[in-house]
Amino acid sequence: MSERNNAMVEKYRNDFLKEVEANVEEGPWVKMCMQCGVCSGSCPFGPYWEHPPQEIFMMIRAGKRDEVLKSESMWMCTSCYNCIVRCPRELPITHIMHGLANYAHRLGIAPKMNPTRRFAKLFWQNIMKGGRVNELKLSVGLYFMDGFANGVKKGLAMLPVGIGMFKTGRLNPLGLLGGGKCKGAGDIHKMVKKAQEIENRRKGFAS
Amino acid sequence: MAGAVATNETILVVGGGISGMTAALEAAECGKDVVLVEKNPSLGGRVSQLYKYFPKLCHPTCGMEINLRRIKANKRLRVFTLAEVAKVDGGPGDYTVSIRLSPRYVNENCTACGACAEVVSAEIDNPHNYGLSKMKAVYLPFNMAYPQRYVIDQSVIGTPDAEKAKAACKYDAIDLGMKEQTMTIKVGAIVWATGWKPYDAAKIQPYGYDRFDNVVTSVEFERMMDPFGPTGGKLLRPSDGKEAKNVAFIQCAGSRDRNHLRHCSRICCMASLKQSTYVSEQFGDQGQSTIYYIDIRAIDRIEDFYAKVRANPAVKFVKSKVANITEDRTSADVILHGVDTEGYHRYDNRHDLCVLAVGMEPSVDVRTAAATVHVDASGFVEADPVNGAIFGAGCASNALDVNRAVQSATAASLRAIQVINKVSGAEV
Repeated sequence: MSERNNAMVEKYRNDFLKEVEANVEEGPWVKMCMQCGVCSGSCPFGPYWEHPPQEIFMMIRAGKRDEVLKSESMWMCTSCYNCIVRCPRELPITHIMHGLANYAHRLGIAPKMNPTRRFAKLFWQNIMKGGRVNELKLSVGLYFMDGFANGVKKGLAMLPVGIGMFKTGRLNPLGLLGGGKCKGAGDIHKMVKKAQEIENRRKGFAS
Repeated sequence: MAGAVATNETILVVGGGISGMTAALEAAECGKDVVLVEKNPSLGGRVSQLYKYFPKLCHPTCGMEINLRRIKANKRLRVFTLAEVAKVDGGPGDYTVSIRLSPRYVNENCTACGACAEVVSAEIDNPHNYGLSKMKAVYLPFNMAYPQRYVIDQSVIGTPDAEKAKAACKYDAIDLGMKEQTMTIKVGAIVWATGWKPYDAAKIQPYGYDRFDNVVTSVEFERMMDPFGPTGGKLLRPSDGKEAKNVAFIQCAGSRDRNHLRHCSRICCMASLKQSTYVSEQFGDQGQSTIYYIDIRAIDRIEDFYAKVRANPAVKFVKSKVANITEDRTSADVILHGVDTEGYHRYDNRHDLCVLAVGMEPSVDVRTAAATVHVDASGFVEADPVNGAIFGAGCASNALDVNRAVQSATAASLRAIQVINKVSGAEV
């Protein structure tokens, strides 16, 4: 190609699409979207999204980096998989949405107060402690996510359910003190640490 | 038992639709011996089930009549109906083909007077109308059927109806003792023109073709316009017989979808554009069509047709693949849900009737008869040296409109003629 051609191509080269392809889980699929809209129409949360998946894909291809990564939209995905099942090009849309959300979080530009993001953080911290989810701590943590007064209110509202679960042996109140760890928690920590190192190196994140 | 009717200088054409008839006629009119086999009781194929075809919007009966006159006039062409190719052995210039002949129970004496059908009470689904209407179990496939001979459906054989039909025949044309036969013939080359079938719309679960009365396929819609069709040529919706004045067309119903058919079926955009003119033809300004599409693919010179339809204010275009359809339980109206691509607006649009522009798939798998023939990912016959002298034609080779199917058939015919010329020594 001539130099002028190259210059024109360069002008239209979309850095954000490339960034998504390199760093977002299932990102290389984004260019395959043919904008039919069946994903947006099939999403049960569709009316509540600011940008439906079809629009997100177009925004990525239009290079709208900030609008996409700071969006709350992909955090709305509930993993119902309706879009994946119906997509005529078999794009793994659910995974791309989670990949985008995760990438925005890693960059530190995801919306800070997004409830899905806060719950995901809580869940990760919880499971990483003992290699297994401590359900009691997780739900209590969730109740107190929006302050002490709110937590007490939510906790009291859920009390009858808790008592019911306790009576049928589904809930151990001692869980609040810890316990329930898996045997090789230390080994799990080592494995995850190594995996994170590899991922950080591959995607260019600071560790 | 049908005797030896062919030699290795004969061309076998499989399928008696527009492509098969064309290929057979072109070869026969070039002086080659041709055997044409058709699995249905009549020639004509899917084109005979169309009301009009694009872009000129003329009636296919006209072209059908011309082809039938050519067939009747040609001594080199032999036609077998109710005949299916079971197996192909051998190679170019020397094929052995076994053909299964199903019994018609009516012989050449038949004058198509219809006396037999009058006395019979059993009814079956009418396949010419895609099962939208019933017909007598002793029947002429359709008005222009060739050969003009009645057929007795297998289901009435052994019942009193069959005896009644036999008694009513004044020409001794009914032979209830006919059995299935197999004939084996030698041929030099084969044109495979077995055509297409509409994709099974019930497989597209979110559109509810199997659940909602007022979701129909494009081929069924076509039959509604035929004066001899199930609704007598009126656009009446199936649930309550109300005039369907507000019609939705959904494009790519099965096509361009890796969950269904991977290929673009090519004809469906033009088919829906054409069918939107039917709505205007019947109801004038009162008739509304809405076409839901991913891209309109009106190929080459028929782009003009698209421009004309686009200019009609009674036809709306919505760029969106419809996500799903629901039904209003009280009115049986269909409600289409989705998001459009031009602005990402969510819609829930109510229509009297929804037409699914269903895709084309090969009607039979050529490999069941000739295992080595090369087909593409969708099952269409591809041109490949391993096929020897078996040439795909028309919609057996690709999703094509009538115009392109005829071109493809003529090309296949020429290839077959070249093989025969080599066999006979006319060409080295």
